[in-house]
Amino acid sequence: MAENKPKPKVKKNEVQMPKQDPKVRGKNFDEVALGYTKEQVLEEANRCLQCVKPKCIPGCPVEIDIPAFVKLLREEKYAEAAAELKTKNALPAVCGRVCPQEEQCQKECIVGKIGDPVSVGRLERYLADWERERGFVISNKAPSTGKKIAVIGAGPAGLTVAAELAKLGHGVVIFESLHLPGGVLMYGIPEFRLPKSIVQAEVDYIKKLGVELREGYLIGRTHTIPELLNNDFDAVFIGTGAGLPKFMGIPGEELGGVYSASEFLIRVNLMKAYAFPEYDTPIRIGKHVVVIGGGNVAMDSARSALRLGAEEVCIVYRRSRDELPARAEEVENAEEEGIICKFLASPKRFIGGEKGWVKAMECICMELGPPDASGRRRPIPIKGSEFTMDTDTVIIAVGRTANPIIQRTTKGLEATKWGTIVTDENGKTSIDGVYAGGDIVTGEATVISAMGAGKKAARAIHKYLMKKK
Amino acid sequence: MTKTELAPKLKLFEVQAPDIAAKSQPGQFIMILAHKKSERIPITLAGYDRQKGTVSFVFNEVGKTTKELGLLGEGGTIKSITGPLGNPSEIKNFGNVLCVGGGVFIAPLLLQVKALRKAGNKVTTVIGARIKDLLIYEDELKALSDKFYVATDDGSKGYKGLDFLKEILEREHFDRCLTMGPVVMMKNVCEITSPLNIQTVVTLTSIMIDGMGMCGVCRVTVGGKMFFTCVDGPEFDGHQVDFEGLINRQRLFLPEERLSSVLWELGGCNCGRK
Ligand SMILES: Cc1cc2nc3c(=O)[nH]c(=O)nc-3n(C[C@H](O)[C@H](O)[C@H](O)COP(=O)(O)OP(=O)(O)OC[C@H]3O[C@@H](n4cnc5c(N)ncnc54)[C@H](O)[C@@H]3O)c2cc1C
Ligand SMILES: Cc1cc2nc3c(=O)[nH]c(=O)nc-3n(C[C@H](O)[C@H](O)[C@H](O)COP(=O)(O)OP(=O)(O)OC[C@H]3O[C@@H](n4cnc5c(N)ncnc54)[C@H](O)[C@@H]3O)c2cc1C
Ligand code: SF4
Ligand code: SF4
Ligand code: FES
Repeated sequence: MAENKPKPKVKKNEVQMPKQDPKVRGKNFDEVALGYTKEQVLEEANRCLQCVKPKCIPGCPVEIDIPAFVKLLREEKYAEAAAELKTKNALPAVCGRVCPQEEQCQKECIVGKIGDPVSVGRLERYLADWERERGFVISNKAPSTGKKIAVIGAGPAGLTVAAELAKLGHGVVIFESLHLPGGVLMYGIPEFRLPKSIVQAEVDYIKKLGVELREGYLIGRTHTIPELLNNDFDAVFIGTGAGLPKFMGIPGEELGGVYSASEFLIRVNLMKAYAFPEYDTPIRIGKHVVVIGGGNVAMDSARSALRLGAEEVCIVYRRSRDELPARAEEVENAEEEGIICKFLASPKRFIGGEKGWVKAMECICMELGPPDASGRRRPIPIKGSEFTMDTDTVIIAVGRTANPIIQRTTKGLEATKWGTIVTDENGKTSIDGVYAGGDIVTGEATVISAMGAGKKAARAIHKYLMKKK
Repeated sequence: MTKTELAPKLKLFEVQAPDIAAKSQPGQFIMILAHKKSERIPITLAGYDRQKGTVSFVFNEVGKTTKELGLLGEGGTIKSITGPLGNPSEIKNFGNVLCVGGGVFIAPLLLQVKALRKAGNKVTTVIGARIKDLLIYEDELKALSDKFYVATDDGSKGYKGLDFLKEILEREHFDRCLTMGPVVMMKNVCEITSPLNIQTVVTLTSIMIDGMGMCGVCRVTVGGKMFFTCVDGPEFDGHQVDFEGLINRQRLFLPEERLSSVLWELGGCNCGRK
């Protein structure tokens, strides 16, 4: 196996990921990126220099020991390599697919200085898939502590807290308000980027650690946090995410054919409207779809609309290409599939046609002024530059804010004016024994940062419980 | 689960859901997912028994989801129920209250009338339906209310239409009106009470998916502002509601709903249901 030994000279270019042809994939919901073959994964793994002071690890919010798992991988010790991943990351198949690696682990990779950085995410994905296809091995658990924790929300933050605490021997119950676990992984990110069977399998792994999952429990309504603390539980973790859709407050938002991205994606992903009428939840897509926004959510909505049969999908973004917040890879995928981007424009109103259905949108052109609080250049409307475009379907993807139900129903829980929950650096809230993390604390962020927050909170909760006795 | 047929196509289910029963209050609703491939649909609570740990609700078989639900037998199981959702009704001693219920919503109205009576109110109840066969809980409501009236669209029983409400309101002073039923009926009631300045509470039935504030499909315009029915409602000040907008939004998926219902009745979609 000489070829698997580290090569003295590193190849500059990463091994490309095989993908479905854009013409074909624009019509189906199957996964776009097909994953490496064994040869490809070993070739890519061999590009890692096994740095003594690796720059990649600090870039990963859950601090995966990247050189260690890569070493095991290229020695073809797949099971050990996967186990190494699992010590730090309970959802590697998810992260390997949706982490913005270019901003995280791969950003400072030393190989990146002379060429493409090592594709850490793709290696991670390969191992996670390898392990899942063979059935998970459950690692050893600490003996039971007799303590019980309620985790609210089965998104990445909640699932991570649950897995960590279960491994430490605590009893964990997750309360999830929807009928399926996974949070945004299940209801937001589309099937073609993250197959739902994978989310399901990773959740099943967490259940096998002994975590109990109760679906259909909206905390704040079915139970409140004080009730949980008074009854069964020694501590509570809140991981309820940023699920509240924002609208723009412009005329015509009540028209038919105007969806929030959340509604659109929930219909398509969680309720599987793309398989209507086999599944009962309908969705109606017109010929000319407009998506407003420039983040991952906008890209996901646009690419879903295309797959549902739209003739033309246009993303309208108020800044320019340089400011697009979506991952570069996803923008590239979207454009390959034929999605059009219209920059420096913003809607002013939606115009209704027959039967209260939208038929056009009036926009105004923008120019970029000096940077605003977000550090990006502020868009300024150009007077008199209004124009109208025909559209029969509008998807509003201009952001989501914190879910408010818990804050409204929990006395003494400190929140910011944006509705996010205030915590210290370990996730502790203003109430003793109540912790929080993920999008509900930071506002919309990433899967892995939610998991990182979950990890920190799990450590803090463990300390708190062991001290409490 | 137990099941009772109250009238043609109107079914009463009582299901085991102790955690929901423990928290339920009049005016709240639940989201039901009948099976894995169903739609999630909202249904108002018609009753709850904290001791038995059950909640009950009445539904009208109008489309595929409710027809399928209606086929579930005694002892059957529903895949998932979430609740109680929405804000509970404001129940206190208002004085003299007029309650107007229509169709399937007569069932949850009964719960409200009980609570309002218990809080010390004088209650006049009006129930209405398309035809006399669809009137439910007549005896119970008659026994509970201080005054009681019946109306049908075709005049097959009681008054024909709701115009007689004007006379009642001329004769007697009411401090509050509460109405739940088809949107058009609630709109008519509001048109009658509005000139008299009687505070009128309506229960809005926008299309919903999650029922907990995550999708925004249930948005309604009340007093010129946008609200989400599921978390801000379902009860609103009827004189402020944009009913035309609500009616339009309720009809958005009519073609798809018809298709789904027809395919199901033909049994021809072969999608491997249980
Ligand atoms: C369309 C879309 C695409 C995205 N793409 C990416 C990507 O490519 N890469 C990336 O890193 N990030 C992406 N993100 C962001 C990422 O998904 C989120 O940052 C992450 O999921 C946050 O995790 P969380 O656990 O905090 O919350 P969530 O994933 O939102 O989970 C919260 C869970 O709590 C439940 N819940 C809410 N309230 C209650 C309650 N009161 N009681 C019980 N349960 C409750 C919700 O139903 C939900 O299941 C994307 C987001 C969206 C919407
Ligand atoms: C807060 C609330 C409380 C309700 N309480 C009751 C009740 O106690 N009893 C009862 O019989 N019905 C109630 N409804 C209405 C009930 O949800 C609909 O009848 C049901 O969803 C119809 O589904 P279907 O597939 O059988 O019919 P479909 O053929 O899909 O639709 C028939 C009509 O029902 C409405 N509808 C369809 N889908 C939804 C949806 N997802 N959410 C809301 N409305 C929808 C539409 O106006 C549609 O035109 C309530 C609705 C709301 C919003
Ligand atoms: S979890 Fe994400 S950031 Fe961490 S190593 Fe994996 S891909 Fe990189
Ligand atoms: S920085 Fe790059 S080359 Fe160095 S260990 Fe990490 S992945 Fe390998
Ligand atoms: S039903 Fe989704 S926000 Fe109300």
